[in-house]
Amino acid sequence: MGKWPKPAEGSWTEHYPELGTGRISFEDSVSPEFYALEREAIFKRAWLNVGRIEDVPRTGSYFTKEIHIANASVIVVRGRDDEIRAFHNVCRHRGNKLVWTDLPSEETSGVCRQFTCKYHGWRYDLEGKLTFVQQQSEFFDLDVDNIGLAPVHCEIWNGFIFINLDPEPTQTLRDFLGPMIMALDDYPFAKLTERYDFMADNNSNWKLFADAFQEYYHVPSLHPQQVPVAVRNPEGGFECAHFQIDGPHRLVSTAGVRRWTLPAEYMYPIERATRSGLVGPWETPDIGPLPMAGLNPGNVDPWGITNYQIFPNLEILIYGGWYLLYRYWPTSPSSHKFEATLAYHPARTVRERIEHEVSGVVFKEFALQDAGMLGGTQAALESGVLDAFPLSDQEILVRHFHKVVGDWVAQYDGALVGARA
Amino acid sequence: MTAMLPQDFSDLEPFASDWCLATETERWDKRISTPMPELLDMYDAVTPRLEAAIEFCDAHLLAELPPDVERLLQLVYSYAMVAMAVEVFGQPKPTDSADAVLIRVKEPMP
Repeated sequence: MGKWPKPAEGSWTEHYPELGTGRISFEDSVSPEFYALEREAIFKRAWLNVGRIEDVPRTGSYFTKEIHIANASVIVVRGRDDEIRAFHNVCRHRGNKLVWTDLPSEETSGVCRQFTCKYHGWRYDLEGKLTFVQQQSEFFDLDVDNIGLAPVHCEIWNGFIFINLDPEPTQTLRDFLGPMIMALDDYPFAKLTERYDFMADNNSNWKLFADAFQEYYHVPSLHPQQVPVAVRNPEGGFECAHFQIDGPHRLVSTAGVRRWTLPAEYMYPIERATRSGLVGPWETPDIGPLPMAGLNPGNVDPWGITNYQIFPNLEILIYGGWYLLYRYWPTSPSSHKFEATLAYHPARTVRERIEHEVSGVVFKEFALQDAGMLGGTQAALESGVLDAFPLSDQEILVRHFHKVVGDWVAQYDGALVGARA
Repeated sequence: MTAMLPQDFSDLEPFASDWCLATETERWDKRISTPMPELLDMYDAVTPRLEAAIEFCDAHLLAELPPDVERLLQLVYSYAMVAMAVEVFGQPKPTDSADAVLIRVKEPMP
């Protein structure tokens, strides 16, 4: 019998009967054909988070985002009217990549008054309008008012910039995010602007890294060092307090005790000395009222963290007064680019800055354990020896994720078949 | 040779040129490439001085640290990095991290 109550059906998984309880296949993480379908069905249709409004703080601030799986490069820019817009990073003249710095394939950012194509010098203003054509009189029937940068749908939710590559998105961003995520409408993300950004190329399918961060069942085995050896219990297990699913999105909450109430031996000396570590700073500044119904929908007591997986490739983990954010950008069936951000209230003292530094250092150590294992997972899955894998109730979100990915692909595929019929 | 650290911390001067590093990437690379006995020397030297070093830095405004105090703060950051190897893993690299990398591309300064 576990520590936390399960739903009346006896398990979290059976609480959502559409998930089933059978073994699942990870063919979706090795198949090039499936990857090609994910491109069309998911990454060219879903809302994708590409940054925060703090990334474009003033007029002319811009960044580019490479979305490899969709063969897309997108410019996000704050215009003179303060509006944040997104455009395809393609010059209307000869299709050259418009904005890049050292290498066309690398993302870039900065502040500018206009965009000038390196190739023939065509210029566009911050709202995407074509403003200058070299030797314009030599062109034929050039309607400069109707040949601006190709727009990409761009919407903002609570400071998060989302784009949608579908020429006609079937849902608004808010409809897509749904009530479970909207319950974070009032979370003060905008106050947490001291950021530590990380980047990694990882040799595994994008879904496999997401899987590692949506269950805690692996923690005692892969991360035994999270607990000092004197108090380590290899057979202790890990049980999450609450799981919830809403449309394509999911969350998991775990309990957390106030670190300073734990006996000293449960912390490493560096954690005690800096009052920071595995779960971040032990105490964080008052950032105003928190939307607890959204943060702790399972009424977990004592609540520690809620981890939101926003379909398809965004994850936000909120520890009350600070948060982490992960994104998984597919680059091939067996590789992806991983982005992570740790965000805190700006340090008011040197001591707070040290707390953040220690939190960031500890995060990296254990994330590297997750990342290091995945190349092996990918290779073993690609061997094709096994095609059905059992998942426990603690891994309900892995089950849901792969089901939703499959559903989106099937729906797209079905629509294609329907259109051909 | 001119001192890198505030006079109160002259006992840590032998570690300053190696470990007063401005970015996480430099501190990480230094830790990963340093043999365990040397990491232990640094850890053992700084441990009894850690609280004093943090307090000394904390007496200043974060945005207005004199250069020698900023270097002392960098040494504290490096200590946190080294503590992971000494206290947690018993080796310079995280256990079972294989060939994984995670590069910090944005951070506050100092």
